[in-house]
Order: sequence, then C-alpha cells, then structure tokens
Amino acid sequence: MTDIADNLRPSFPESWQHRHLLDLESMPAEDIITLLDAAEQLDSIFRTTGRKLDLLAGCTIANLFFENSTRTRNSFSLAAKRLGADTIEFSSGGSSVSKGETFIDTAKTIEAMGVDAVVVRHATPGTSHLLAQHLGCSVLNAGDGPHEHPTQGLLDILTIRQQRGSLEGLTVALVGDIAHSRTARSNIWGLKKLGAQVIVCGPATLVSKQWEKFGIEVAYNLDEILPRCDVLNLLRIQFERQAASPFPSVREYALLYAMNSERMERSKPNILIMAPGPINRGVEITPEVADGPHSVILQQVSNGIAIRMAALWLLLGRGRAAVRPINAEGVV
Amino acid sequence: MVRKVDEVWLIENGRIVCPRQGLDRKGRMLLAGGQIAAIDPLDGELPPNTVRVDAEGWIVAPGLVDLASELGEPGREEDETIESGTMAALAGGFTSIACSANTDPPIDTPMAVEFVRQKAARADRCRVYVIGCVSKGRLGEELAEIGSLVEAGAIALSDSPRPLSNTALLRRALEYCLMFNRPILDRPEVPSLTRGGLMHEGEMQLILGLPPMPAEAEDLATSRDLRLIETTGGRLHLSSISTAGSVELVRRSKHRTTPVTVGIRIGNLCFDDEMLRSFDSSLIMNPPLRSREHIDACLEAVADGTIDLITSGHQPKSLEKKMQELSAVPFGMSSLDTALSQVITYLIKPGKLNWKRAIECLSCAPADVLGIEAGSLEVGKPADVVLIDPAATWTVERSQMFSRNANTPLLGKQLEGRVAMVWVGGRRKFTRH
Repeated sequence: MTDIADNLRPSFPESWQHRHLLDLESMPAEDIITLLDAAEQLDSIFRTTGRKLDLLAGCTIANLFFENSTRTRNSFSLAAKRLGADTIEFSSGGSSVSKGETFIDTAKTIEAMGVDAVVVRHATPGTSHLLAQHLGCSVLNAGDGPHEHPTQGLLDILTIRQQRGSLEGLTVALVGDIAHSRTARSNIWGLKKLGAQVIVCGPATLVSKQWEKFGIEVAYNLDEILPRCDVLNLLRIQFERQAASPFPSVREYALLYAMNSERMERSKPNILIMAPGPINRGVEITPEVADGPHSVILQQVSNGIAIRMAALWLLLGRGRAAVRPINAEGVV
Repeated sequence: MVRKVDEVWLIENGRIVCPRQGLDRKGRMLLAGGQIAAIDPLDGELPPNTVRVDAEGWIVAPGLVDLASELGEPGREEDETIESGTMAALAGGFTSIACSANTDPPIDTPMAVEFVRQKAARADRCRVYVIGCVSKGRLGEELAEIGSLVEAGAIALSDSPRPLSNTALLRRALEYCLMFNRPILDRPEVPSLTRGGLMHEGEMQLILGLPPMPAEAEDLATSRDLRLIETTGGRLHLSSISTAGSVELVRRSKHRTTPVTVGIRIGNLCFDDEMLRSFDSSLIMNPPLRSREHIDACLEAVADGTIDLITSGHQPKSLEKKMQELSAVPFGMSSLDTALSQVITYLIKPGKLNWKRAIECLSCAPADVLGIEAGSLEVGKPADVVLIDPAATWTVERSQMFSRNANTPLLGKQLEGRVAMVWVGGRRKFTRH
C-alpha cells in the first residue's frame, strides 16, 4: 500500500482557473509561476516517495497525436501514469483527412470513450484551440504547427529557474528557425512575462524583424550577441515545415550558428546551453557542447515530465485531493 | 425570356435613394409593366389594380448587383446550388448577380454557360449573369473559346478565384477581349509569394504561426495589371483588392485616367486579421483579412471612389470542408445573405460611408462594369428595387440564412439594417416575414 503522507499531499492552488492549456501568450505570469511551482512540488513528492501518486486516479487522458512524436508523447504518458491516470494513445502519421474524417470528429470519437483530457499535437496552428471549442473535456496543446508548445516553453523556463533561481534580468537567446518554431513562440511569451530579456537570432529568412514590435531583440549575428547571453536555447532547424529552403546549405548554417567549443570560449563562463531536441548534432550544436558541462539538455527532458504532471494535475485535479491512494497493483 | 408582368405596385413614404438621378428624398414610386413607371405619380394616374406598400422609415434603392458570387453548380452542389444561392441573393437585396466560373467542370464552354442560364431561369429568382473562364479548364495556360462564351451569353471573363498570374496569357486575353467588349475580372496576386499561406503576414501572423500571405503579393500583381491596361487598352476590372499598396497604385493610375475599375469584398472591409485569434475557419479567405492600416486605407478608398465597388465575395463552402484543420480548409466566406447588413452595420452606421455612396458601390458601379441595365430607378428602367429597413436589428443564425452554407464569422453576431422586400423586373420576389 503506497500512501502519500498527509504532509506531502499538495494542496490545490485556489487561484488556478484554466480548463485548458493552449498557449503561454494568453497566460498571466502568476499562472505560469503556479505551474512551475506545482511542477517542482510534484516532482519532489514523486522523488521522495518513489511511487506513483494518486492525484488523478480514475482519470483517463488521451494522447491524440496527428503528427509524429516520440519524446513529447512518452513524456505526457509518463506524467499521466505518475499521477495515477490511465492513458490511451491515438496517433496518425498523416492528416485525418486521408481517412475521410475531420480531426474534430476523430477527437470527438476519442472523447466519447470517456476521457478527461486530450493531449493534442497537430501540424496546423490553432488545432488545439478549435478542439477546446468543440470538446467538453480539457485540452492540452502538445504543439500546433509553428504556433505554440506551452509545456516545452514551461519546461525550458523551469530549467532556467532551477539553475539561476530567477528569470528576472537574464538574457536568453533563442537561436535558429524562429519562423517555424512553436518552442520559440512559447518561450518568447513565457520568458518575457517572467522578466527575461529575449533575443531571437538566426538567418534573416527565418527571423522576422517584426519581433521587435513585441520588445524582442532581433539579431542575425550570433557572435555579436554571444558575450551578453546567459542562456542559449538552440532550436532545431525544422526542415519539414519549410516550403522553400531558407538558407543555402546546412554547412553554411552550421558555420554561422552552430554552438561549438570555440564559441563557448567567447561566452559567459556560466552560460546555460539548452536545446528542445531532438538535436541535430553538428548542425545547431556540436557533440562536445551538447555533452559538455554547460549543457542542461537532459535536465530539460526530466523537467518535461514534471511540467506535464503539473499541467495535468492543475487542469483535472481540482476537488480530487480526497481520492484514496493507489495500492501496489494500481487499483483504487 | 419576355414575360408579361401585370403586377402594379406603389411604394409610398419611403426614402428614395438613386445616385444615378442624384435622388435622395421621400417620395413614391410606381412599378408597372416590369418597369419603373413613375416617380411621385398623382393618385389619378394609378391603375385600378395598384397594390400599395407603405415604406415609411425604409429606404427605396435600386436592386443590388454582385460581380462574382459562387453558385456551386455544376459540380459543387455541396457548397451551393443556383436555387439556394439566388434565394440568398434575393434575401440580401441583390437583384442581379454574376456567377463565378469556379465550378467543376469550370464554365469554359458555351454548353456550361447555357446550363447555368437554364438552371437560373428555372429557379426564377434574381437575374443571373454568367462569367466564363479566361483560360481553358481555368488552368491559366491557353485562352478559352472566349468568342463562343460571349456568344452563349457570358457577361464577363474570369479565372477567379484563381489569379491570372500568367502575365503573357493575361496580356493576350486583354487584347483578344477588345473584339467583344467584355471585361476581364482579375484578383491580383503573385501566387509564388503566397503559396501555402493562410493569413495576412504581419504581427498577428507572427503570433499565431499560420503560414503568411504578404501584402506585396497583391501589390505587385496590381501594379502589373494596371500596366497591362495601359499597354493593351483592354477592359480589366480588379475584382478584389485589399491592401494599402493596391489602393495607392490604383489612385495614381486613376489620376492618369487609366480606365480601371476596382472592387473589394465586404469581408475585407469588416473583419481584420486579429479575428484569426479564434482560429475560426470561416475567416480563412483570399485575399486574406488584413491588418487595421490596410483596412483603413481601403475604407478611405471606397469613400473617395478610388475603389469603385463592393462585392459580396460570396464563396460558400460546405461545413465538412470547413471543419478540417486550417491548412486543409478551402478559402471562402458565405456572404450574399449578410453583405448589405454588413455595409450598414460596419460602414454606414459608424459614418464611414453615406447611403448614396453605398448604393453606388453595391448597385450602380457593378452594373456599369457588367454593362447591364441595372443600378437605376429612372423611369423606364427595369423595376429591380429593394426596400431596406435601416433600423432593423437582427442576429445572424444558420437557420435564417438562405445560402446552403453559413460559413460566416457573423453567426451569433448582431447586425443592423435588413432587406424588407425585393422586386425583380416588377415582380415582388421577396418579402421578409
């Protein structure tokens, strides 16, 4: 019999009002902080007890992935299981249209199986927002095209906060394909709200000058901004989302933007190197940097589970604190 | 088709707005024999079978004319039919509409023109004019048999909604059409700049991450089209512009007295790109909903006459098509039912347009582009008349729309002003109950 000792049982933050987690752009800073705090709290309880928690026992969470993903899907599954929820998996490599069904119908079918939340990934912006309008259950955006990937933004921010204590006054550069990156957008809004300076840096074909209108610094030359950066988040080049090649060759991209040992030497001594993954070694980051002492890439991965636990708990956990703990077989 | 009309109507107490005659005053109007028979007739002049209509508080205007509505037939009956589309037109105050060649197969043969004309005659609602394709199969490569299309009754030529991006073809078509005195309608766009795009490129697009459609894709094509008019002397109507850049180019051309006419869709004047925040698929249209500065430039251009006319931009799309992810959703908004109320709500009531100019944009100017006898309440003209209740307020609901598909962002929204009655050729075709 595993029980959460009463002194470890988290109390549900009363200020939390959201039913869905769709983007960070519209989320107030207080709620972002609530999410980060909940993630640390749940993670610490999980590490202390070493067992599944029962906070979402009886809940079913559907992973609805219209676009390929291994990392995010597994991370959500694991987060759900660590909270005692059941999961079902739905993935479709291509578009649902190829089967003659709209994505809304697909989602409604899954919802009718009695799920409490769907975790949605889709190649088209707005898909999770539309599902939130059409479904009765909670919707978590696990990436909608180049729009947003809120849990990725949150886990990046949590990682920085753990390393530096606060985001306030830090300079964070997002490097690479900003135009097609949902991770970039979620980071931009989240970081700004928590007081960081954000620089977007990459080839001019992938970094719009218009970002300046939102108080974001736009840079094309990594070497110029490097000495000022506290954190570098190296985004993957989204070859699959680009209609036409935005730069002449991968070789040239690496020459201009790859984080390598030589560039590390010109960085701040305590610089953090992050990457949302999957990383293309040799393109945006060289192996010695990815595996070096400044890299927090693997910490990002484990924080991903904590953030997703927090997100699921906050969306579904209100009023469930009294549920009985789970025994060793996972039966209530 | 000549049909004897024995209905006689006297519309009394209404405010008659007829820009052609410079008329904007209270008066009464007699419709008889299918024509406007008299304005302010004496009681003694009225035939015994006259039916009186009290139009107190209403506006009496020439029936509206739309330049390119999609009517679905043949081949896209899930989107619209000639029956449902012409009913929506009547309910929206349109007495004449030109239907787009965006059908399957496209209207690129005399047979297809004839098919639409016959179906429209059978539906017997508003007048339907047929637009033929500029190119065979609407593919933008070879000229369609334009002479035969005109012979069969095509009123204008267009590959819309596809832009005439093949410059050599457009030039040839403009020259060839000189023989027939029929206008070509082009929606200016450079497709290589908008491929895959879903919304106006700008700050909102940066936030939403939807693929961009930059304004210059339209500006460049507008500039090219204007240059070709000067070169060929052809009749070209820019069917839907939407950018400040296009407005500026057209304004300059008109100063040089280039004979160009220009239209804008009502949707591009009422809705902005901020609305895409809802990811509502009914907002996905081409030209895309622009940002505020473009809309303001277009509003000014409509008011000062740089933009000659407003079209409904009616492109109904079936619900199942609009329920897909945005990248798979076809462009288009259903608007015949609501276009006039949109003009009243978004342009007239806020003081951006007066009634005279609104009627010019919705009736007189499009009639001139098509070269049809419409857009006028002069005595002796066909009695195509609309009564508008400018004070009515109504909520847009699916059940109230006559178009087969209500893909409009207006569902649930309140509009001001509404069509009360419509006559086509002197016969009363629509009464709002």
